[in-house]
Amino acid sequence: MNTAKHTFHGGIRPLEHKEDSNTTPIEIAPIPPMLVLPLQQHSGPTAKPCVTEGEYVYKGQMIANAADASGASIHASSSGYVVAIEARLVAHPSGMADTCIVIETDGLDAAIETSGHPNWRNLNRVELLDILHRSGIVGLGGAGFPTARKLNTDSIDTLIINGTECEPYITADDLCMRERAADIIRGCEILKYIVGANSVIVGIEDNKPEAIESMGKAMPSSPDWKLVTFPTKYPSGGEKQLIEILTGRQVPRGGLPANIGIVCQNVGTAFAVKEALEDGKPLISRITTFTGQALSRRGNLEVRLGTPVSYLLDYMGYTEQKVPRLIMGGPMMGFALPDATVPIVKTTNCILAPDTNELPLPKPAQPCIRCGFCAEACPASLLPQQLFWHSKSSNFDQLDKHALDDCIECGVCSYVCPSSIPLVQYFRASKHEMRMRRNEQQQADKARERFEARQQRLEREALEREATRAARKAAAKAKAAESSRFADEADPVQAAIERAKAKKARLMQQSQQGAQMNAESALDSLKTKLAAQQSTLQQAEADEKSEKITTALQASIRRLEQQIAESETKPPSKDVEE
Amino acid sequence: MTMAEFFLNDLTQTVLVFLTLGGLFGLLLGYASIRFKVEGDPIVEQINALLPQTQCGQCSHPGCRPYAEAIASGEAINKCPPGGEDTIHRLADLLGMEPQPLDGEHGIEKPKTVAFIREAECIGCTKCIQACPVDAILGAAKLMHTVIAQECTGCDLCVEPCPVDCIDMIEVTTNIKTWGWEAPENDDIIATDRMSDKAA
Amino acid sequence: MSLMRTSSPHLSAANPVQHVMQQVLLALIPGLIALIHFFGPGVIFNLLAACGFAVLCEALVLRLRGYDLRFFLSDYSALVTGALLAVSIPPYSPWWLIFIGAFFSIVVAKHLFGGLGQNPFNPAMVGYVVLLISFPVYMTHWTAPSDLANTPGLLQSFASLWSNEYYDGTTMATPLDLMKQNEGQMLTFLYANNPQFGSYAGLGWEWVNLGFLAGGLWMLHKKLFTWHGPVGMLAALGILSALFYDDGSSASGGSPLFHWLSGATMLGAFFIITDPASGATSNLGRLLFGAMVGVLVYCIRVWGNYPDAVAFAVLLLNFCAPFIDYYTIPKPYGTEDSQS
Repeated sequence: MNTAKHTFHGGIRPLEHKEDSNTTPIEIAPIPPMLVLPLQQHSGPTAKPCVTEGEYVYKGQMIANAADASGASIHASSSGYVVAIEARLVAHPSGMADTCIVIETDGLDAAIETSGHPNWRNLNRVELLDILHRSGIVGLGGAGFPTARKLNTDSIDTLIINGTECEPYITADDLCMRERAADIIRGCEILKYIVGANSVIVGIEDNKPEAIESMGKAMPSSPDWKLVTFPTKYPSGGEKQLIEILTGRQVPRGGLPANIGIVCQNVGTAFAVKEALEDGKPLISRITTFTGQALSRRGNLEVRLGTPVSYLLDYMGYTEQKVPRLIMGGPMMGFALPDATVPIVKTTNCILAPDTNELPLPKPAQPCIRCGFCAEACPASLLPQQLFWHSKSSNFDQLDKHALDDCIECGVCSYVCPSSIPLVQYFRASKHEMRMRRNEQQQADKARERFEARQQRLEREALEREATRAARKAAAKAKAAESSRFADEADPVQAAIERAKAKKARLMQQSQQGAQMNAESALDSLKTKLAAQQSTLQQAEADEKSEKITTALQASIRRLEQQIAESETKPPSKDVEE
Repeated sequence: MTMAEFFLNDLTQTVLVFLTLGGLFGLLLGYASIRFKVEGDPIVEQINALLPQTQCGQCSHPGCRPYAEAIASGEAINKCPPGGEDTIHRLADLLGMEPQPLDGEHGIEKPKTVAFIREAECIGCTKCIQACPVDAILGAAKLMHTVIAQECTGCDLCVEPCPVDCIDMIEVTTNIKTWGWEAPENDDIIATDRMSDKAA
Repeated sequence: MSLMRTSSPHLSAANPVQHVMQQVLLALIPGLIALIHFFGPGVIFNLLAACGFAVLCEALVLRLRGYDLRFFLSDYSALVTGALLAVSIPPYSPWWLIFIGAFFSIVVAKHLFGGLGQNPFNPAMVGYVVLLISFPVYMTHWTAPSDLANTPGLLQSFASLWSNEYYDGTTMATPLDLMKQNEGQMLTFLYANNPQFGSYAGLGWEWVNLGFLAGGLWMLHKKLFTWHGPVGMLAALGILSALFYDDGSSASGGSPLFHWLSGATMLGAFFIITDPASGATSNLGRLLFGAMVGVLVYCIRVWGNYPDAVAFAVLLLNFCAPFIDYYTIPKPYGTEDSQS
């Protein structure tokens, strides 16, 4: 066991409240009468349902397909009938509904037949990644990034296993490491094999001595495997922060850990990987911490994905509060649930049901005194006080200059703010606004390109039409001349040469079309076009068409007039060059 | 007056000095104008970049670029309903002008919409395809047409030409993927704001 | 069940603004005790009057701006400004002088610019400079330290608050005044001839500065500000005075110790330039800000027209703070220079 030599900028040490929930072993939660499985439990494209309403599904059966390699599939977490595929409230800060597959369980918990791959070393990387992809495994630590996609990277030197769990209250990973260390290490071996890493570093905060001990025992005694502990400090569990603690290196801005040969996985994910490969069990359950003073029993439950939070709250003895608030995730980065009926999803590591004394309601914000406590605490080395200023005045250039995009929304700045300013909310809003603006700009650029391409196409088509018309005219003339000469004197040789010449000229004209078109005929065509437009305009005015159309016509008439004037003044050779 | 006297004369000297200086600076400026020549008409490009590129013609110009050219030659900046107040502010910033309220004559600011063809009713006349300024409608004569929603700018120019009225403009609503946090309600407004609040 | 929805984080560290301000007020105590000991009870009346007027002005402006009085007065910021003004101006000043100072500090320097946190200039220093320029006679007469003359009693001090004249009885040139007026005397000679110099930097002034230093160190320990500003200022002042201290000739401007422990050096270093609203934002910026203040203080003290210079130096640097900020944005995580 080693102690980390490095640390990251800033950070805080809030009260941990870990002992509230880490004194009892993990308990398996009962099967709820209804399972609600959202199609979007991960970051990436939404999964597509592959069952229909009324269908009977077995535990572990795939019910929604990953849209592509960057998605994750969904599996039934118990057996029963699919009763609905419809929009339900889901665990999302917006409080919006999203499509879910609703299963009425039959209590049999009948599982689909599967077989694991205990000899996974015989499989190659592609096959292993495919199994993980089909098992619906996503990062269980936070954002829910599909694991197969994250592991699909080359030139990895170090695999980092994140057992930090730096948020107060949450003990899911702690308990998992205490009780299932051997399986986690097996999962780590699989992960190491997949990414081809040379070494594995398991990083655990020093406030979890039991977990450190059991992980240390389970770990192979090889110089490639290292268990590193470090002082408790929030947010050392952030991927970038953890990498800096363990290696002293920083992930380059805008880059991924893979850029410096590192891939990070959470201990819970390692456990899920082991289950998927060795036991053939897809991701259908996870360990979730239930804590907070509003619960009479606090501890960790292994819950089926899709179990409604309200069902589990009842199970843990929830007493309703005056101003009830339920937080999914920890108190620093978790979000307040819109409703207690929302289901547990793949990324739900904690349900915090506080009473009002425990997490007091936010105080009214005072003016910012620019004390700079936030800048001292910011793990991304930003200046939140300046960001706040620019955020309030929607000064997006300055926000960019002060690197708002590098904010990880860890909440440290709001936590230390003496004026109780909801800084993170300001930053989220500004980030969203900037993202929208970037999208709009992209849309506008695309529209402009398409509009210009269309304009060019229309012009080209018009010129092509003119060119073919002119060529036809010339051909007709030549033919007429030919026939008249034939009447005079019939010299077949001369006639053949003339014909060949005419053909050559015609071909040349055709091949060089508008570009080398004779200037006069271009002018003619412009004039005909002008006349046509003018008559349409008169017609339109007579028909009392909308102003939009008439003004557009007027504008195009103006443009034509201008073009005519230009080509009349310019020598024809210039036209050809253009 | 001898030659020497002529050159020693204060007035002559002054004139000579200034002529020389003028010449030098002239050369310098001439060099700079060649060395730092700006290609094209950047202001039109810059204005065009700020316009929403809806190509809807509500400004009474056939497209965003012509309007950008018109603005560059002095037309009002408040004739673009799709861009709304936001675009007016950005144009005002760029051109160093006072922002004006949107000119109601050209329409009002509406939420973004996307055209949708009720495909069962489409007769395949291609009129909407011809009207679309950004080629966002797919289809051929006598075959059903459909709108490529990602490319549609919501200009509604396709609605009128449709002989069977099968095109709807659907408002783009926020969904769970496009949702974002809103800034906290402003609680420490400055004095002038507070006063206007009271007055209102 | 309707749930309450708030943005994360849901936890908060309990060190609100009023707490920060209270700590600043507490940190002033050692310096205040030294001031009272050496310059008599006039300091107390200064303090009471300045704080009273500052809070009064604050309340009036808040009322005028339509703000909630209780919420905004309870941040103690007006008290801090009042207290800093009080320790800057000579004891036994008349009430109207103090009132004008407080008015300019609170109303002009603070609220006209938007109130707490939005003042580009240090409010107390604005009040002080307005007084110094408008009423130089009142502002340049410091009472003699208690070891050299009898300080007035309580009653007399109270009476002086209401008199229109500056308290003339026992004023005496301060060491900085003497240093400024020195023409052609070796410093040892100057020290020997003027008892005001005390052992290092001025009788009484040494202790006043040590008092503010103690308070400042305590605030540093409490992490109310970072070390960058004070260290920058004291280092720059020390280096400059050491460079020009040629063993005490008449042309030298005094030893580093003299400069550190005289006038308003420590007050400035720990209580004035650490005002976050009017100072630089990043740590590097604060270091620069402090160093520039130190340089200016030395320059004005030695070559300028005023014997002390903290207020001018701070105000000049307040002008530069946005400029310093512009060039000292720290590198975010993931850029080469930010490796720990």
